[in-house]
Amino acid sequence: MSKNAKSPAKNPSALLATPYTIWMIGFIVIPLLMVVYYGMTAKSDGAFTFENIKLIAQPENLRALWLSILLSLISTIICLVIAYPLAMILRNMKFKSNSFIVMIFILPMWMNSLLRTIAWQNILERKGVLNAFLTFLNLPTLNIINTPAAIVLGMVYDFLPFMILPLYNTLAKIDENVINAARDLGANSRQTFMKIIFPLSLPGVISGITMVFVPSLTTFAISNILGGSKVLLIGNVIEQQFQKLNNWNSGSGLSLVLMVFVLISMALVAKYDKGGDSTSVW
Amino acid sequence: MIENKLIDLIHVTKRYGNNTIIDDLNLYIRENEFLTLLGPSGCGKTTTLRIIGGFESPDEGQVIFGGKDITKLPPNERQLNTVFQKYALFTHMTIAENIAFGLKIKKKSKQYINDKIKYALKLVNLDGYENRMPDSLSGGQQQRIAIARAIVNEPKVLLLDEPLGALDLKLRQDMQYELIRLKNELGITFVYVTHDQEEALTMSDTIMVMTQGYIQQIGTPEDIYNEPKNAFVADFIGESNIISGTMIEDKLVNILGCNFPCVDVGFGKNKPVDVVIRPEDIDLVKPEEGLMQGRVTSLIFKGVHYEMEVMANGYEFLVHSTDLSPVGSEVGIKVDPFDIQIMNKPESEDEEAVMPLE
Repeated sequence: MSKNAKSPAKNPSALLATPYTIWMIGFIVIPLLMVVYYGMTAKSDGAFTFENIKLIAQPENLRALWLSILLSLISTIICLVIAYPLAMILRNMKFKSNSFIVMIFILPMWMNSLLRTIAWQNILERKGVLNAFLTFLNLPTLNIINTPAAIVLGMVYDFLPFMILPLYNTLAKIDENVINAARDLGANSRQTFMKIIFPLSLPGVISGITMVFVPSLTTFAISNILGGSKVLLIGNVIEQQFQKLNNWNSGSGLSLVLMVFVLISMALVAKYDKGGDSTSVW
Repeated sequence: MIENKLIDLIHVTKRYGNNTIIDDLNLYIRENEFLTLLGPSGCGKTTTLRIIGGFESPDEGQVIFGGKDITKLPPNERQLNTVFQKYALFTHMTIAENIAFGLKIKKKSKQYINDKIKYALKLVNLDGYENRMPDSLSGGQQQRIAIARAIVNEPKVLLLDEPLGALDLKLRQDMQYELIRLKNELGITFVYVTHDQEEALTMSDTIMVMTQGYIQQIGTPEDIYNEPKNAFVADFIGESNIISGTMIEDKLVNILGCNFPCVDVGFGKNKPVDVVIRPEDIDLVKPEEGLMQGRVTSLIFKGVHYEMEVMANGYEFLVHSTDLSPVGSEVGIKVDPFDIQIMNKPESEDEEAVMPLE
């Protein structure tokens, strides 16, 4: 790094970074500063205040934040439990069709996520596809829609590919002979998994966790559609501040609080994902 | 000294789809032997090693280890250890943890494990590397750690899969001596896979030359080099002149129209044969003293010797000599009778298939 650090005039390749620099300033740095500004000032007179941030302490907001963290954790764990065995199976497949199967699991990402969520709404509705099917089989109907369970289902369905990809990537990178070596040294399948495969896949696990946890934590679309107005997540609270109450200051204040939780989870990734060969997309 | 059969491969066959990798292989390995499986890539040597190690199971045949059938035994229950081609160290563990891996699985005491780590690192000349990570070591050092990690488990047999393949020439030569020293100190059996004939000749007690899933020849390095059984072995081990000839009678062979006395008997009269003459066994003499006359067409200085090509009776002989004969000079070719190696022409199609392409 330090060797290449020259002034832009002497290093023409630095010029190539200009469009990205402009992009980053215009669309990342300035909006972030605006959020900070609105979050730290009062709506009435624009004076500096912590009131917007303190909004989080109100019981209903605190409950929304707590529920968001809980549901995000649950859906992250479910994604991990589904994705890990699948990634292992894909890794052990000798023939080339594994990239095809990865594609099938990634395929939903090609569709608009709102569309996918509305589709789930149709399936889960009181008179939806699922209950029609259950009635046809003479089984009792289920009331999943507008419950936290429906939101978790939506989160898992939407974000599962983000867990599969990094897991599959790290697992596929493990040299077969490293696993053979563990077996050779006397480890049985379980010991080989616990001592070799799982530790070596940790970077993938960690980035998969953040890639599911962070969007789950901040979502408002999934909870809007599958939770109705009965289940409020912190994302919905923030959305209401902006859209319904038109209060940018309190919305920004709550966003700043949420950002702290996102940063904490990112810091955890940075801590465990050493070595720099990150498989994360962030 | 090395009499007891330790490993016995009986009628081992391995196929991938329609592709037969190993065809009815029979091989025994004795205690305390340094056996090298030598052959070009794709000849089945690594597959043979993996079958012994338990990473592949043969489609037919048996693997006997110390009198017991271990064909179906998984690798972790076999009393042997493997050194893999690209080291296969556990990159998330320190050197000490790597070496301790097998011992911890076997639930050895802490004291025992620490002593073993010290001993193994000393043995591979890497004392004091306990707390380093594998990535911070050079290729040669990593390979020595891989060996240390295997031998602390006191296996009866160490399997080595082209362990020096990724190292540069000088390091490779040093490691060859290291391996011989290790084998002598440990007194265990080594089964070594390589495609490098020089490596095989330097280190082995016994060499098995393989190609296309068949054993071509098993013997000591001297046997393999001096008396190759067929043209493939002769060509694969060192450089050689392989010429079609006719066995006139016992101890006399006709090559390119000239009669050469030799020491081989029992081929019959006027029988077509392949004749192998090593480049260093050809003496260039004055034209009138030679059995055949030719002209030097090229000359290269190789350091230890000169490499010359001599055109004689339509064949270009490769000659290694410390004496220089300038390009264009007329020379006589002379070969001592015991330096001429006579081989039967291949008869079956299988044998034909392994003839080197000229």
